[in-house]
Order: sequence, then C-alpha cells, then structure tokens
Amino acid sequence: MSATTWAWLVLLLPLLGSIAIGLGYRVLPQKLAGVLGTLAIAGSFACGIGALLSLLGDDPHSRHHASSLWDYASVAGLDIKLGIFVDPLSVFMVLVVTGVSTLIHLYSYGYMQSDAGYHRFFSLLNFFVFSMLLLVLAGNFVLLIVGWAFVGFASYALISFWYRRETATRAGMKAFVINVVGDIGLVLAAFLIFRELGAFDYGEVFEKAPQVFATNEWTITAICLLLLVGAFAKSAQLPFHTWLADAMEGPTPVSSLIHAATMVTAGVYLIARTHVLFELSPTAADVAAFVGLATLLVAGTMALVMTDLKRAIAYSTMSQIGYMVMGVAIGAYSAGMFHLMTHAFFKALLFMAAGSIIAAMANNQDIDRMGGFGKAMRFTSITMLCAALALAAFPGTSGFFSKDEILAFAGERGGMYTAMMVLGYVGALLTAVYTFRLVFRILPGRPVAEAQELIDTGHVAHGELRNPVSGEPEDTDVGFPGPDHHVAEGSASMRVAMGVLAVLALVGGLVQIPGVVHVISDFLEPVFEESHLAHLHPSAGSEWLGLAVGGAISLLGIGIAYLFYVKQPDRPRQLEARLRPLHTLFVNRWYFDELIDVLVVRPALAIGRFANRVFERFVVDGLVTGTEGTVRGAGGVVRAVQSGFVRSYALLLIAGFAGLALYFLLTSS
Amino acid sequence: MTPEWFIVLSALLFATGATGILIRRSPMVILLCLELMLNAGNLALVAFSRMVGNEEGQIFALIVMVVAACEVVVGLGLIVAIYRRRLPLNVDDLRELRG
Repeated sequence: MSATTWAWLVLLLPLLGSIAIGLGYRVLPQKLAGVLGTLAIAGSFACGIGALLSLLGDDPHSRHHASSLWDYASVAGLDIKLGIFVDPLSVFMVLVVTGVSTLIHLYSYGYMQSDAGYHRFFSLLNFFVFSMLLLVLAGNFVLLIVGWAFVGFASYALISFWYRRETATRAGMKAFVINVVGDIGLVLAAFLIFRELGAFDYGEVFEKAPQVFATNEWTITAICLLLLVGAFAKSAQLPFHTWLADAMEGPTPVSSLIHAATMVTAGVYLIARTHVLFELSPTAADVAAFVGLATLLVAGTMALVMTDLKRAIAYSTMSQIGYMVMGVAIGAYSAGMFHLMTHAFFKALLFMAAGSIIAAMANNQDIDRMGGFGKAMRFTSITMLCAALALAAFPGTSGFFSKDEILAFAGERGGMYTAMMVLGYVGALLTAVYTFRLVFRILPGRPVAEAQELIDTGHVAHGELRNPVSGEPEDTDVGFPGPDHHVAEGSASMRVAMGVLAVLALVGGLVQIPGVVHVISDFLEPVFEESHLAHLHPSAGSEWLGLAVGGAISLLGIGIAYLFYVKQPDRPRQLEARLRPLHTLFVNRWYFDELIDVLVVRPALAIGRFANRVFERFVVDGLVTGTEGTVRGAGGVVRAVQSGFVRSYALLLIAGFAGLALYFLLTSS
Repeated sequence: MTPEWFIVLSALLFATGATGILIRRSPMVILLCLELMLNAGNLALVAFSRMVGNEEGQIFALIVMVVAACEVVVGLGLIVAIYRRRLPLNVDDLRELRG
C-alpha cells in the first residue's frame, strides 16, 4: 500500500471509533467501549507505522505525497480538495500523536472506570485524536483550519467533561473563546495567502511564496504574524496562555493527552510546516522566538510557586512549548520536533502519575497537603521520578538531549540568539527546580493521612469529594470521580501505559545523540532541506559542550530543590517572605488574567452594555415598536370603519359612487 | 318625448331608494328600496336605449330584472331565516360582524 493509503486509514480508524462509541453507548458494555476506543487508536498507530515504512522505501527527496478524496469546491480559480499531505514531518507527528494517544487511552481505560460518562469520554477522546490527525495530515490550509477548529471543539468538550462543575464549564468556555481568537488569525492568514498566491495547497503555496514575496515584505510578515496568533492561542504562548491552566479542570487523562502531549504542540507543528513562509519573514520568526523565550521564562516562574499540582504541571507544559516555539522559530526545526516528541513522553507520564496521586488524595490537588507517597505508591512514584528526571533534563534522559539541541542551535546562530541560548539555560534551571519541588513535596517525607491509609490497609482513603478550586461538593451522578473512584495505580492497564512511557521518557532521547546517531534529523531532513538555515549544524563538539552545561544546570537545579524542600523545609517560607512582591507576582500569574480582563474583557463588556442600553433600546426597539405602532394605528382606523352597521356601509358606498360621479362630471365638462 | 324626463324620473326613483336604504331599519323595507334603485337603473337603461336607437339596453334591462328576482329570493330567504331564529328584524341590531 502507498503511504497515502496508510494515512487515510490513520484518519479513518479514530473517526469510526468515535462514531461507533458515540452512537452505540446504549448497547455497548462499558468495558467494550474502552477496548474499542483504545484499539481504534492502536490501529491508527499501526497504520502510521505502515505509512512510515512505505515512506522509508522511497527516495529521500521524493518523500512527499499528496492525495485527495474529492473536491470541496472547485470554481473560478479556487480549488479546495479534501486532500492530505504525507511527508516525514506529518508522519512524524502522526506517530507521536497516535503513539502517545494509544497509551493514554489505555490509562483512561482504568482511570475512568467508575465514571458515569465513560462512553462519552472515549467517544470524545477518539474524536480528538481524529481531529488532531486531520490537522497534521491536512494537505491545504482549508483542511488545516477544519482540523484546527475540530481540535478546539474537542478540547472544549473534554475540559467541560464534568459538566455539573461550574468551574469546568467556565474553563471550557474560556479555552474555546481564546482558541477561536487563534482560529480567526489562522483564517485571516489563509485568506491573505490565497489573495497573494491564489492557492491553498501546501505544495503550491510553498513553491510560489519565494517567487512572489520579497524578504520581510509587509504582506508576508502580516501572514506570518497572523499564523502566529493561531499558533500561540493553540500552544498557550503569551499572551494567549491563560486558558491552559484553567483547562486542568478536565479529567487528568485529558490534561495528559490534549493539554500536554498533543494539541498544544499544534502551534509548533504549524510553524514548522509553514517554515518556508517564516524564512521569508525573519521579523515574524524573531517575534515567535522572543515570545517563546518569554513564555518559557514566565511560565517557569509561575510553575515555581503554584501549589495546585496539575496547574503547576500545566505551567511547565507552557514553558516547554516555549522551548519548542523558540526552536522552530530560529530554524532548529528537527530539534524542535525532537523536543516535541520527548516532551510528549515525559509530560504525558507526569500527568498520569499526578492523576494517580490526585485520585489517591480523593481529588485534592494541593501539594501542600501531600507527602509520603514514595512509600505508599511505589510504582507511581518511580514513574513520576522518571518523568521528572526527563523534564529536568537529567543527563542521559530524553529531555536532556532534546532541550540542549535547541539551545545549541541558538548558540550556533550567534548574535542575539546567543542571548536566547543563555536565557534558555536560565529557564532550564527553573525547570529543574520546579520539577523537583513537586517531586520532593509529594514523594518523600512523613505520609499524610491518605498515604498512611494506603500503606496500612492497601485501600485508598474515601474523603468527601470536593471541587479542588471552589471547594463545593462534587455531583457524582454525572461522573467524576464516581461514587467509588479509588483507582490509584490499581489497574493493570494504567500500569502498562505508565511503564511504557517511563521507559520512553528515560531512553527516548537516545535516537538523537550529537555525533553518534541522528535518527530524527535524518528523517526530517528532506522536509527542511530547502531552508537557508539547513546548512547550519552545530558541531558535535559544541553540542557536547552544551550537553555538559545543560547537565550541570540540571544537577544544580535538582540540588537547589533538594536543599530547599528536603534539607531545610523552612527556607522556602523565609525566601517567600523576603521576596514578597516577586512571590505575589508569580502566584498571581503575572496578573495576565487581570491584564486581559482590563484590556479586552471589560472594553468588550462595556461595548456590549452600550449596545444593549442605547442601540438595542432606542434604535432597534424604536424601529420595531415604530413599525408595530404604525400598523396598529392604521388597523385602528380601518377597524373603526367596520362598524357592523349595514346602513353606514351603504352610506359609504353611495357617497363613494356619488363622489366618483361628481368627479367625472366635473372633469368631463 | 325627449329622454330628459325619463332620466329625471329615474334619478328621483334612485334617490328615493337610496334614501330609504339609509334611513330605514327594517330589512324588508331596505329590500324594497333596493328594488326601487334597480328599477330606476332599468328605466335609465331603457331610456338611453331608445335615445341611441338599438335594443341592447332593453335586453340588458331584462337581464337586470332576472338578477333582481334572484336577489329578492336570497334577500327574502335571509329575512325568513332571521325571523325563524328569533333575531330582531332590525339591521342596526344585527352588527355582529363589526371589526
């Protein structure tokens, strides 16, 4: 089979799974729905492997295939196909998405067991995977936008999955609105591309763009900036990031799959996919790099002070995506994609481990209340440690190789990019500290009541379930965590998923070691070969130097965290008191929510209120009541004539005829 | 004889009929007054027909008589129906169709 056939199958299976589970929720037994959902994604992954093998059989320079099923619209110069584009980049994304999704489905199979919305969950999760695959396989900008919007919807539906929780529905709406802002950027960018180049297909656009646009011409810069709006909104980069932390209201597998491993990397994929355009507009690329850098630092500081476990990990996700955005913006495409892959492994795993602990804590997410889980949940704590080591770029783990490759490339480009490299290392230090802050707060120490019960009885404590944000009691009729939700790492499927990811988080980086193996960059090389930065390779020596620095920084960060959170547990409080303003700034998330509130939400509300009070009341209402009044008045007059007196009708008739006759008499003479 | 006299007579009859319709309340009398108006019209038709010198006006007058006969049938039928239902025989009281 050809690569494109495989790719169509990749798309088809999750869609079928979603439809089958969604429609068959009455007849399918719960377990079967979970199995079906997981198998659909696993099959999709197998087809992705098929596409990969078929692609590897081709000559490296002809490894791109387009295929279309039918035409959406074909009129007057507009030719939109339902077409896919299969090349190493999209196959790479397909493999990452389906691979991680398979494991997360497996995890959810156990984790969501007691949830009343089990079928709905798997149907939506399969739909999400389908949308994401549509996004990465799309062969033109129109289909990309379709996938983009589907993904936004799936994210919305899954964040609001526990729909009796008001905080969850609000978070869903927030995510959706911010994502739609991004969609608008993407749609406008596609419009500009079509106006200037007359094409939507990737192949055509990327071929024509260098001939039509001069470097840094304002149109290409506008196109790239609009693409960036879309990418930033989806990838939670400043200033469109506020939805991501709130998105943690969704079930933990959702946070793991959508808001850590796959969907939020769509922006990175978009920049890498349209790198031809970004290279024509170095200004826009620099904007992206700066925003990525700012995000990775700002989010790192926020992750440092969050006490909510899932939110802290969410800020860490933002920060890591900042690295990827910076990487693909400065031209380190394969390094950015490599980091995307390793991040998907370890961040998905970190969320899974967090999910197990939160379940054991009866839905409490406050790390100040946690402790001693190292003894209570051995398997979870080991996997969490693996993920944390990879995230903190501990030497030899996957994050170690991928992060430093981006920074080494930044150093190689020199100039202001060297400053980016230095700040990137500062971010790496932050990463190591906040990651191990979480680990040292949760795993060692005296076991808290919940952990003690787990050690003593082997059962999970049953606290009353409360919303971690608002403190309201949960409505368990519609799901989470279900009346008897005590899954802490109990289910075999969860253990398998976490085990596989733990291995990948540790050794996943070995596919790309400077000077030794370059599996990822060799595979992706044909996609980026025409890039004018393609010749720029950091020498193996400088990369190893970078790795040494990165490893040292990682160890330093872990050391600092050890010092602060294990050796001298009072130190953080003292430091907090001494740096009060800074701490307040970080805890309040740099006041971004408030800033957006003042700059966007309130003006919008004011306009809305004005429209309601003035425009609606006087103009619209005036028109409507005016029309109504006229009709009513005229009707009143006509009604008065219909008196019911036959003789008055006769009088009118006779008077009318007499009047007519008089008129004709007068005019004829 | 010049047609003026016929026309004057016809106009007088028509006016009498119209006045009757306007001032009387009994359906019976109104029906009679209607007949008067129709026949005033007939008279004018016949007079003009003589004046012009062809018979079409006279034929038309005959047709009007036929129609008038039909109209009387319907009108009297209505009056009988009103009487049978013990409704007042007064057009001013029969005003349920007012707007």
